[in-house]
Amino acid sequence: MNIEWYIVLSSLLFAVGAMGILVRRSPIVILLCLELMLNAGNLALVAFSRMVGNQEGQVFAIVVMVVAACEVVIGLGLIVAIFRRKLPLDVDELRELRG
Amino acid sequence: MEAILFFLAALGALGGAVGVVAMRNPFYGVLALIVHLFSLAVLFLLLSSAFVAAAQVVVYAGAVMVLYVFVVAYVGGDAEPAFDPIPGQRFLAPLMGAALFIELSIAVLGSSLAALGTEGPDVGAGFGNPAAIGKLLLEDFLLAFEASSILLLLAAVGAVVLASRREEDAS
Repeated sequence: MNIEWYIVLSSLLFAVGAMGILVRRSPIVILLCLELMLNAGNLALVAFSRMVGNQEGQVFAIVVMVVAACEVVIGLGLIVAIFRRKLPLDVDELRELRG
Repeated sequence: MEAILFFLAALGALGGAVGVVAMRNPFYGVLALIVHLFSLAVLFLLLSSAFVAAAQVVVYAGAVMVLYVFVVAYVGGDAEPAFDPIPGQRFLAPLMGAALFIELSIAVLGSSLAALGTEGPDVGAGFGNPAAIGKLLLEDFLLAFEASSILLLLAAVGAVVLASRREEDAS
């Protein structure tokens, strides 16, 4: 398969993830959509690494995975903290920081 | 053979992604994301990056998704109401997503990267295997490796602090 196919697939997945963040209001689903976008970036990194024939892009992808894992841990910790305080799990309700 | 496998995996990845966005119950969304991640691991294998594919399955589809399942089960996977606070949101968001996809495709395919239309150079059997990636991580990218380990430690401490039961809400 040509590398183009992988890159186009990755931009399609990124667009789906971005759309999900705009449409959904549950913070859990928004985190899931963030995962989609990060994975689309990973796919592009690995595809370009194959295109150049250099493994350094794969190291980038692994570091992105680590950052995504950290983001998930903090995000889920926030969700659990919101739930414990009996606040609504809806990003449109949680807008105290809005100016 | 390779093309068939690519299209099957691409279909799985796309179906999983659409499932995450479309499922009303977050629990089904998590399951759709697992399908998506496994399909991406197949795509990584097709791109001859065995270690990244293995890490994808073990770290993402294994550990991270178990975390999601636990949290969704804890907070209760309530389906969100169909009520739409911003008028036109459900119509405008797919439009914006399609515009983003077209824009990204034009940007990538319109670039003058001549190698995009090829399958990439011939690489040996050792390309992307754990030995090669480990050597790169511990020799060329040692600083990034150590920084990400500190980041993981900070995230673990932060999650414990955030999710711990405090005195005032113990009642």
